[in-house]
Amino acid sequence: MSDSRKDAGLPPAAGPTTRRRFSRQTWINLGLQLCALVLAFLFTSVILLVAGAPPWQAYAEIAKGAAESLTDVSNVLVAWVPLLLAAAGVLVTFAAGLWNIGVEGQIVLGAVLTTLVLRLLQDTTLHPALIIVLAMIAGIVGGALWAALAGVLKTFGGVNEIFGGLGLNFVATALALWLIFGPWKRPGIGSMSGTEPFPDDLGLPTVGGLRLSLWSLGLGIVAVIVVYILLERTHVGLRLKAVGRNKRAAFLLGVPTWQYGMLAFVVCGALAGLAGGIQVTGVYHRLIPSISSGYGFLGLMIGMLILYRAVWVAPVALFFAALNIGSIQLPIVLKLDSTLSGVLQGALVLFVLLVEGARQRYLRRARVAASSGPGAPPPVSDVGPGAPADIPGEAL
Amino acid sequence: MEVRLSDIRKHFGPVKANDGITLTVPAGTIQGILGENGAGKSTLMKILSGFQPADGGRILLDGQKVVMRSPADAIRHGVGMLHQDPMDFPPMRVVDNLLIGAPGRLIPRRSEAMAAIGELAGSLGLSIDLKAEVGSLTLGERQQLELLRLLWLGARVLILDEPTTGISAHQRQELFDTLRRLAAQDKTVLFVSHKLEEVQELCTRVAVLRQGRLVGEALPPFRVDRLVTMMFEREVSPGERAECSSGPPLLRLSNLGAEHGRIRFDGLDLEVCAGETIGLAGMEGSGQSLLLQACSGLAPAIAGRVRLSGVDLTGKSYHHFQKRGVAYVPATRLEEGLVPGLSLTEHFLLTDRKPGFFINREKGRRVAEERISEFNIKGAPANPVESLSGGNQQRALLALVRPDAKLMLLEQPTRGLDVESVIYLWSKLKERCARGEAIIFTSSDLDELLRYSDRILVFFAGRVSGPIDAAGTTVDELGQMIGGGSIDIVAAASAGDPEAAHV
Repeated sequence: MSDSRKDAGLPPAAGPTTRRRFSRQTWINLGLQLCALVLAFLFTSVILLVAGAPPWQAYAEIAKGAAESLTDVSNVLVAWVPLLLAAAGVLVTFAAGLWNIGVEGQIVLGAVLTTLVLRLLQDTTLHPALIIVLAMIAGIVGGALWAALAGVLKTFGGVNEIFGGLGLNFVATALALWLIFGPWKRPGIGSMSGTEPFPDDLGLPTVGGLRLSLWSLGLGIVAVIVVYILLERTHVGLRLKAVGRNKRAAFLLGVPTWQYGMLAFVVCGALAGLAGGIQVTGVYHRLIPSISSGYGFLGLMIGMLILYRAVWVAPVALFFAALNIGSIQLPIVLKLDSTLSGVLQGALVLFVLLVEGARQRYLRRARVAASSGPGAPPPVSDVGPGAPADIPGEAL
Repeated sequence: MEVRLSDIRKHFGPVKANDGITLTVPAGTIQGILGENGAGKSTLMKILSGFQPADGGRILLDGQKVVMRSPADAIRHGVGMLHQDPMDFPPMRVVDNLLIGAPGRLIPRRSEAMAAIGELAGSLGLSIDLKAEVGSLTLGERQQLELLRLLWLGARVLILDEPTTGISAHQRQELFDTLRRLAAQDKTVLFVSHKLEEVQELCTRVAVLRQGRLVGEALPPFRVDRLVTMMFEREVSPGERAECSSGPPLLRLSNLGAEHGRIRFDGLDLEVCAGETIGLAGMEGSGQSLLLQACSGLAPAIAGRVRLSGVDLTGKSYHHFQKRGVAYVPATRLEEGLVPGLSLTEHFLLTDRKPGFFINREKGRRVAEERISEFNIKGAPANPVESLSGGNQQRALLALVRPDAKLMLLEQPTRGLDVESVIYLWSKLKERCARGEAIIFTSSDLDELLRYSDRILVFFAGRVSGPIDAAGTTVDELGQMIGGGSIDIVAAASAGDPEAAHV
């Protein structure tokens, strides 16, 4: 697990004596992040030049594609919602020191269970709004259960959550494909375009002629706020961080560690499942094979990019959504693939992590130099996957 | 090799860690470096071993000025440092550990290296299984391994930072013998310690640092009171043995057995009264820590019962024990005790008994400030724990013990602390005893065991002695028991020895 995660996220000491240094440090950090941003754009520009496209025009096209019309802006917001949910979710697992790679599959399972409930209830006399609510709850439960599965594998099976999550992602995708081409196929022939669309009244209400639903937007924003409060203002969040930074010490200090690990998985899975539910009820109105659209992985990237600080989720997710929507134009206008947004997003994450890594190195050197007392640099405490009740070796 | 440090300076902001230190150590010397925590001895050693550059001053080896930019650089010049915590790779074999730091080629020549190291070990009277995994070695053996590695890489100046912390008395003796042999071969040894008796026993010269300056040098015979005065600018008296009146029975172990790996004990009967302090003596790894873990629910009992205030807690979880007032304080501070990255305030918030849902930062800070002043921790509430010095981390660990704890289980509570910190910590602990808390602690320091315990259990090769009265025991007697002499055995190691259980 990366060093930067362990060291990041804690505000420096802000006592009266250190306040001046603190603000200077903030400026330096901000400058470094800006530096990373510039480097990412430079890197992407080089790629564009190699591909024979004028970088400036490409960026202009992306900006135009994301903000030219009201429809563009609303589409950006539509893409913003699942990113908000996924990124907020992975922040919870990151806090507990877990790499929930399985977030992608959790979105799929959320979508599958939402679809299931909609299919079961669409012909009943229940009020459509009630059906939607039930379907969304089913989606939340689906995502949470899929995440809990990864958690159980980790806690009781000793399967690293990265491998467990990766495996479960494949299973989730396979499950969705099987449903689309099997039991839930359209009358006649199953197709990549997904299941039979649901009637309009089983979709979230949208604004005017746009695809944007204020309900889903609201849910996304509320989720981010809730996660922020959870991590920064509650004892639950503090315990999650303690588990993430030193599982053994947290256990000895009285935190039920594996339970908190599971809690992190379940909270993240619930948010991912909600994202899946929103994709079904608010965007596609059916289950499609690529229902998660990579939002889970993008959420992980956002989590890393913002160095696990919840305040930054909303703006960075918006930026990523704008890149995604903006680059849809590129193939038509510049004969470039729309995956250019992915290149830029990936480059951003890499450069931010690189700059952060360099900063941590510098800080650690300064810290090691500053500690004249006995003792080695802070130990790397990777408690690793495993039994919740493992006892340490008897004095080595 | 002769080491000459000339006007070494190192500043960290306003703190002058080394303020113009000049020191000459002739070849073949075992040079003691004394000083309390923060006196600058570690900084000086880190500069000499290439871990950090000095701001000013010169290092001369055999009269040649050298510049060392890294530990690898230092070892090329013949300077090697043995750290307090072993810096090795536990899951790897001994021989591979040795090869890692060696200037190698693509394919390491194991057999060649093994022969060379075996010879080296033999010449020093050390025996080490080169094919064993490092993780299976004791701390003392890992230290020998590191020592061999440095010598094999050509170290002619050896720096040892608190090398006797956490190793057994026997291993300490082996280490000292080895160091004497090395000194006889004209190697130079710098021995950093705050254990005066060790310095007295081993060193042929002593330098005392205080606040970044060299405040004095001494040749044997050393006068301990003078060294203490130089270290602390005053005489420190450890205080008299505090007698305690034992209260009602608090912890009762009956026929208790526990097992972890090779370590095991059986048939232990013990009653601990409120206000009592029980010391656990014995060679490292003889089962003392296992007993602490069995008393805290961390290690399951394989036989017998554990009762606290009359309630049977056998088989309950650690957190259940904790709720009942049992506090376990591990020996390793940043590995097991504290959460690096969290501040002192956050640690106190974590251990809040009635936390509620939302964090009350104001209350957290207040509690932190109270405990910081109560335990004399040098640090602010917002400081991350890893920024504190070792002694202050230890104080923080003890400050985290809930005020309503009834039984404190302390694993090596004063490991690596200077005399003054030890005295301070014990005064805090004894205050808690006076309020009716009981303490069980492990230590490898016989003086500490005798001074602060009411009764002592001695562990030897899986056997546990009956509780002995600390007041009526001398260091020599205790030392002999730890070494296996005349133990009045009430518990026996294994089923294969059923007789002993009834002696």
